[in-house]
Amino acid sequence: MTRSDLVIIGAGPAGMAAARTAADQGLSVTLLDEQARPGGQIYRDVDHVPESRAARLGAEYTEGRRLTRALAQDRITHLAGAVVWAIEEGGVVSYTRHGAAAQVTGAHVLLATGALERPMPVPGWTLPGVMTAGAGQILLKQSGVAARRAVLVGAGPLLYLVAVQMVRAGSPPLALIETQTTADTARALRHAGGALRGWPYLRKGMSLLAELRRAGVPRHKGARDIVIEGAARAEAVRFKLAGKARRVACETVYLHHGVVPNTQAARSLGVPHRWDAAQHCFAPVVDRWGATERTTVHVAGDGAGIGGARAAEIGGRLAALDIAMRLGALSKGQRDALAQPLFRQLDAERAIRPFLDAAYPPNAAALLPEDDTIICRCEEVRAGDIRRYAALGCLGPNQAKAFGRAGMGPCQGRYCGLAVTALLAEATGQTPDETGYLRIRPPLKPVTLGELAAMHDEAKDPRLDNLDH
Amino acid sequence: MSTDSTFLETEPGGARVRVWFDGTPLDLPEGANLAGALLVAGVSRFRDTPVSGAPRGPFCMMGACFDCLVEIDGVTRQACMTEVRDGLHISRAPSSEAWRDPE
Ligand SMILES: Cc1cc2nc3c(=O)[nH]c(=O)nc-3n(C[C@H](O)[C@H](O)[C@H](O)COP(=O)(O)OP(=O)(O)OC[C@H]3O[C@@H](n4cnc5c(N)ncnc54)[C@H](O)[C@@H]3O)c2cc1C
Ligand code: FES
Repeated sequence: MTRSDLVIIGAGPAGMAAARTAADQGLSVTLLDEQARPGGQIYRDVDHVPESRAARLGAEYTEGRRLTRALAQDRITHLAGAVVWAIEEGGVVSYTRHGAAAQVTGAHVLLATGALERPMPVPGWTLPGVMTAGAGQILLKQSGVAARRAVLVGAGPLLYLVAVQMVRAGSPPLALIETQTTADTARALRHAGGALRGWPYLRKGMSLLAELRRAGVPRHKGARDIVIEGAARAEAVRFKLAGKARRVACETVYLHHGVVPNTQAARSLGVPHRWDAAQHCFAPVVDRWGATERTTVHVAGDGAGIGGARAAEIGGRLAALDIAMRLGALSKGQRDALAQPLFRQLDAERAIRPFLDAAYPPNAAALLPEDDTIICRCEEVRAGDIRRYAALGCLGPNQAKAFGRAGMGPCQGRYCGLAVTALLAEATGQTPDETGYLRIRPPLKPVTLGELAAMHDEAKDPRLDNLDH
Repeated sequence: MSTDSTFLETEPGGARVRVWFDGTPLDLPEGANLAGALLVAGVSRFRDTPVSGAPRGPFCMMGACFDCLVEIDGVTRQACMTEVRDGLHISRAPSSEAWRDPE
């Protein structure tokens, strides 16, 4: 079995920055990611895209090359296409790569598994042709594929970015159907002080909106009662604006109402999680270095709490410095000196968050959907089913899973876990913390018997042996 | 399967290879993301759910939702995590059953 000082899961901004920082301090690093190339969600395939496409995606995207290029360091082994399905005591990480299972052990483990889009369960959201806005963006980045007649539905700055990228790709969306209201904007302005410190983000947001206006993309704000129509696939979006019924015919629907930490890996290790009321999601309990109560496990990036790509990068560096100290490569004084400017940058990065959280709250109807709406895509469990289990005395998500399989399909609750907690909490009058979350057990992702049978040690890398303990 | 796709390739060109989806030959860009390439080729329904048989297609494109499951040469895979290679035999995945937790 291969050994490294540090095993990092996730090659997004957090994981890539951490890998380089740790390697620069002399640690051997194995970086695992299930994607074929480094970049994570925001810098997806950044080294691979043709220049014309890169230009349309914007400078903020190609900025990611700074991080992917920094991976070319002797002490970093990047295993692309490695799907991690178990992390155990003692830093043993099991993964599947090229159809075979394998393991690598880290003296320390850093979880940098990023975010998932918050699911937006509305009637019809399971139809083919309905995707997340992030999925639409991945199609653009990775494949240069644009939807022809699409509408974007939900709230948040990512919606504007995707819309603009579609305009530049020559396939503008038919409309933006937005759920935030003018009252949300007014509330957000209370955080204007912080927002001004986050001025570059505001300016960017305003220039995106101006670009959409110039392209003539209609925006409908304050949309309610959203329903996606269609028999075999999405055909239209119905909604209400100030009480009046509207309908936009379309072929693709991109949904978005924010992102939430992808907590599967940390949960599987038993790391405690706490409800974050401002962001309406659970986040692992970590200190300012990303350290968990498991002394050899850190979490960095959006997986530790949503902060965006820049904050993720800084968080990765901070975690790597702390890990380097714990493994004896840095003294405490050295760590603190290196970290000081990073903490300052992190504060500046986070200044915009309270404004964004208030301006683009998750769609209330999708947080607590109507009885008929499917919440668990895998097992087709509806919101009303969960309410019924609660009426029968079911208090927690694990019991709900036993009652009706919510969270038991291949996605392991990634897209229904928060909805199950919210529905139970609403029905029982308990807090989300009291209600808790699904227990996540390995395998985090399905692994086949054939892959297990082919289990072998990853080819020994002599560079790693030198630094082995 | 519809032939007029609702998706558009913004940079057409490049090498194509032949694959089969439920017996229909398709020429897809070599090395492309399989889910994206199938969407462009007009496939919208990738699998049917094991519970009600409802149609599903790619939702997240990042390997998290498993709605893009297809069967490739007898193995259930996430199309959004697979690259187009010459000669793939792809079919709608009835075997999404295979990945259900037996608990
Ligand atoms: C779909 C999507 C699109 C986004 N687009 C933008 C954007 O355009 N602009 C913007 O500012 N922000 C965007 N965001 C938010 C942005 O992704 C984050 O702020 C930032 O990428 C966080 O970086 P990270 O390193 O924490 O995680 P990520 O960049 O998400 O990287 C996490 C990595 O972990 C890997 N991973 C997860 N689980 C496993 C596993 N079990 N095994 C192996 N690998 C695993 C993933 O493949 C991924 O590469 C997007 C978010 C999503 C979900
Ligand atoms: S589209 Fe979600 S896993 Fe492939």
